[in-house]
Amino acid sequence: MKGSDVAVSNVSKSFGSFAALKEVSVSINKGEFYSLLGPSGCGKTTLLRLIAGFEDPDQGQITIDGADVLGLPPDKRHCNTVFQSYALFPHLSVFENVAFPLRIRKVPSRLIKELVFKHLELVQLEAHADKKPSQLSGGQKQRVAIARALINEPSVLLLDEPLSALDAKLRQHMLMELDAIHDKVGITFIYVTHDQQEALSVSDRIAVMNAGKVLQIGSPQQIYENPASEFVARFIGEANLFTGVVTRREGSLNLVDTDGFGPLLVDDETEVAVGDRIVATIRPEKIRISTDRLGGPSINVLHGIVHEPVYSGFQTKYIIRADSGALLTVFRQHANWSEGIPDIEWKDEVYLSFSARDMVIVERNS
Amino acid sequence: MKRNYGFAYAAPQALWLTVFFAAPILIIIVYSFLKKGLYGGVEPQFSLEAYSALANPTLLTVAFRTLWVSAAATFLTILIALPCGYSIARAKNQALRLFLVIVPFWTNFLVRIYAWIAILGNEGFLNHALRFLGFRAEGYQFLYNQGAVILVLVYMYLPYAILPLFSTIDKFDFSLLEAARDLGASRMQSYLRVMLPNIKPGIFTAVLFTFIPIFGAYAVPLLIGGKDSYMLGNVIADQVTKTRNWPLASSISMTVTLITAILVFLFALRKPKEQKLVRDQEALSPSASGGAA
Repeated sequence: MKGSDVAVSNVSKSFGSFAALKEVSVSINKGEFYSLLGPSGCGKTTLLRLIAGFEDPDQGQITIDGADVLGLPPDKRHCNTVFQSYALFPHLSVFENVAFPLRIRKVPSRLIKELVFKHLELVQLEAHADKKPSQLSGGQKQRVAIARALINEPSVLLLDEPLSALDAKLRQHMLMELDAIHDKVGITFIYVTHDQQEALSVSDRIAVMNAGKVLQIGSPQQIYENPASEFVARFIGEANLFTGVVTRREGSLNLVDTDGFGPLLVDDETEVAVGDRIVATIRPEKIRISTDRLGGPSINVLHGIVHEPVYSGFQTKYIIRADSGALLTVFRQHANWSEGIPDIEWKDEVYLSFSARDMVIVERNS
Repeated sequence: MKRNYGFAYAAPQALWLTVFFAAPILIIIVYSFLKKGLYGGVEPQFSLEAYSALANPTLLTVAFRTLWVSAAATFLTILIALPCGYSIARAKNQALRLFLVIVPFWTNFLVRIYAWIAILGNEGFLNHALRFLGFRAEGYQFLYNQGAVILVLVYMYLPYAILPLFSTIDKFDFSLLEAARDLGASRMQSYLRVMLPNIKPGIFTAVLFTFIPIFGAYAVPLLIGGKDSYMLGNVIADQVTKTRNWPLASSISMTVTLITAILVFLFALRKPKEQKLVRDQEALSPSASGGAA
């Protein structure tokens, strides 16, 4: 496996009175596609800049392949960065931009030509070698930035919101390309993004951050299916949240007296005791919406009316006003020919049914 | 209906420039081709005497000295102004710092030259301070030499270089420096290979703003300099006021103007050509490097 492992332990960093990172630890494996995900200001970019060497932490340790890199300037670290603004050199052609690191290293010209074209091919820009950055589209600039960052054959590639300046369609496309490039070069990618879709679709692991802290580290499935806190549940995808008190517990099955929705069954391994106040969540696509009442053992059923259907082509998002007056979100995939599900429209009376097993406890206060 | 008001709008400036710029220059051009009057002024008779007198070795010495002093002073000014403009562009209190750069303009040019005499003079502040620190009692001769002239010229024209440099550096994308560092460049390499090429227009402007006025300097070499620091501006003044050879004064003026204009022109032409050169080098580079190795 190419690439390096990166270990950040107990790192803190403040800018004036603002604490950007508070005792953050992450350990990234060789060759991993690792995402730092969080809202703006959560410290993810600061963490990336610390790894790159643009900033020094106030405390803590950063090692690459076990070697302490603190105190090493960026040019002495074996990682390269793809910047959010691309940071292409405007006075140099595409070729010279990509060749820049090689010229610094005084690589012979013949080899430079070969290496640059090899990397321009990787990002499919061979035909644009003579252009100036100002003549390129956003997606092309992005590719130049990637080729330039890869030409030194770093063992870690740091990507700082590389797709945020692109439009939605192109972003999807570039994301798949990034994934393909990652598979091809096999080095460690550390990817900073605020876009949960991006992080979920390409990452091996994700660290969800907020307010200078890492809240949860896990695979996309773990993060999405088993959010560790209310913040993670809300930040990743959409979530319906229920707060309530545990009134009975048998094995992992809890009966929770919820605020506004009455008693609900929650099947979760999390250790809770009767009397604990908890927050439980269910994903909108895990709720079945129907006009007939459908139930079963450990199935929760709520009744309500369609408050707002939001049609989005392949699915409809329903906002349902439950009998208690509170709102719930439900996704329904549009049926194919084999399923005869009747349309559900505005102001229809509906039943929402969801399994206790799909409920996840995200907060617990005893 | 659309009327063309362009001419009407341009007329005041055209008139102003004709009367106060073109006309005096024209007078100088005409005078430079006339015969010298006995007690100053000119005789209305065509003559190339004023131009043939330019070949005078003393005059050539002064001309080369003027070029050298202007080049040295401009170089030093840019060298000091670059980090200065950089630090202002990076500072939080930009407005205050720019204000401080401009403050000297509130004091008259001549008064500031006399202030320098007060500092550098034999009984000046600097000598007093050195004496106080135990250096030689008779003091040092700081004034009336070329070094003093260059020093004061640099001081005088520093703001003219700082301002254009500040404005281009302020527009410079500093993340490019980080990118260069990230890609393996040292701090110095990142400044030289990324920042410098991108702030070139500002450097050009700063060079022009300092070189041109210094090339025509008069008061500073007169008051600060000695016999070894006479510049063309002083020679011209002498020809007008003392020797009373107006055609010669005019021909020297024309030459100075011409040299300046040519230099500006070459500067303006330099830019696009250079970019082409880089590309040509590119095409040739494999063989070139082979030869070097």
